[in-house]
Amino acid sequence: MIEVENLVRQFGSFTAVDNLSFKVEPGEVLGFLGPNGAGKSTTMKMLTGFLRPTSGYVRVFGVDMWQNPLPAKAMIGYLPEGAPSYGEMTVAGFLDFIASVRGLRGDEKKRAIAVAAEKIALGDVMFQSIETLSKGYRRRVGLAQAILHDPRVLVLDEPTDGLDPNQKHQVRELIRNLAEDKLVIVSTHILEEVSAVCSRAIIIARGKLLVDETPAALQARSDSGRLDDVFRTLTGGV
Amino acid sequence: MLPGNFASLMIVTRRELGAYFATPLAYVFLVVFLVLSGFATFELGGFYQRNQADLVTFFSYHPWLYLYLVPAISMRIWSEERKSGSIELLLTLPLRLSTTVLAKFLAAWFFIGLALLLTFPLWITVNYLGNPDNGAILAAYLGSWLMAGAFLSIGCCLSAASKNQVVAFVLSVSACFLFVLLGMPQLLQVIDGVLPQKMVDGIAQLSLLTHFDAISRGVLDVRDLLFYLYFIACWLVATAIVIEQKKAE
Repeated sequence: MIEVENLVRQFGSFTAVDNLSFKVEPGEVLGFLGPNGAGKSTTMKMLTGFLRPTSGYVRVFGVDMWQNPLPAKAMIGYLPEGAPSYGEMTVAGFLDFIASVRGLRGDEKKRAIAVAAEKIALGDVMFQSIETLSKGYRRRVGLAQAILHDPRVLVLDEPTDGLDPNQKHQVRELIRNLAEDKLVIVSTHILEEVSAVCSRAIIIARGKLLVDETPAALQARSDSGRLDDVFRTLTGGV
Repeated sequence: MLPGNFASLMIVTRRELGAYFATPLAYVFLVVFLVLSGFATFELGGFYQRNQADLVTFFSYHPWLYLYLVPAISMRIWSEERKSGSIELLLTLPLRLSTTVLAKFLAAWFFIGLALLLTFPLWITVNYLGNPDNGAILAAYLGSWLMAGAFLSIGCCLSAASKNQVVAFVLSVSACFLFVLLGMPQLLQVIDGVLPQKMVDGIAQLSLLTHFDAISRGVLDVRDLLFYLYFIACWLVATAIVIEQKKAE
């Protein structure tokens, strides 16, 4: 379970995230929606322990992210925006590094890397350096490193951004498969994604929580039944 | 089970060290360092003309070599992480910030240590030509490596301050130059009349040059060693603070 309580983050006088509270239970896939600049990435960065909140708490299965960062971080797999990695490393070398930091050793480590590579279909690029890979493959490498240690929580920041339709489909399939036994938080501004993979959607704008409900309930808000219209009505005015 | 602090330190240091050799940068640096240190020793320092079996000319040029070469190594350490966004990946792994800062520093320091070790033909040459004091040479090597670490720690901190490697390089060279300059007699004479003697002495004590002077002649004083270690520690703490501050950008 992830508990976010009264989360605030200010940059100077600008409030990027404004008193945000929500809870996510295992088995849920939470879609985190909002227009660009709404504070999605800032929230993701605080959830994963990168940015320190100005005030408020993040608890991962009861462990406070700022009082006890290492055990909290150990429970999370994170794909940052743009899937950054170390371009000069091979895929195998990079996954080996992440697995080692995550505390995997010997055969256990080999198995974890093999399982992740199999799930994400990385087999044929394992020994290529990451900078030579296409955008889609780099994204997959980012996903593979996030699931290596079989985390209880998966946080994915714009996982399908910039991918072609086939790749988007693959990533969504993957998220659905992973969601069975994990708690997944996906940030996106692509609305089709929400109905495709999420069991729940949160919309934020200007750092404030606007809506927290199921994608179906969200769709029902508009006469046309289209998420685009709902989204525009909700966030257009702010 | 997460690895312990030391195990984590080793894992990250190994990755960082490997990163140097994955690109041509490492080899270019090693060649440039060896060529320049050879040139400085033989041409500028007049190694043969001095007709003495020691490596004083070799070591005395090290501050000036490090002034440019160490920032060339350190400029990418944090700025590249910030530019590519991989810093977000690195700092959300279950690692302490202190572990990461130290690991990146150590990797670069070991790398510079390797460059120093590769100057061993000079040591062989001087032993072939005469009977040098090998203890003094060993001490000077250690001192030189420590001084390189001091330059490197400045570079780490300033690399964290900018996403742009060129900016990081220029800032680092300037800051390193300042810490060399503080020990130059010319500068000390100028401020001698203006500031009280105690402050002038204090400023001179901050110079990387002052502490290297004795070491380059093979006199290894514990106070000089401690100075370098404190100096490095302070700049690494500053590095962690800068990283924490700059995360928001």
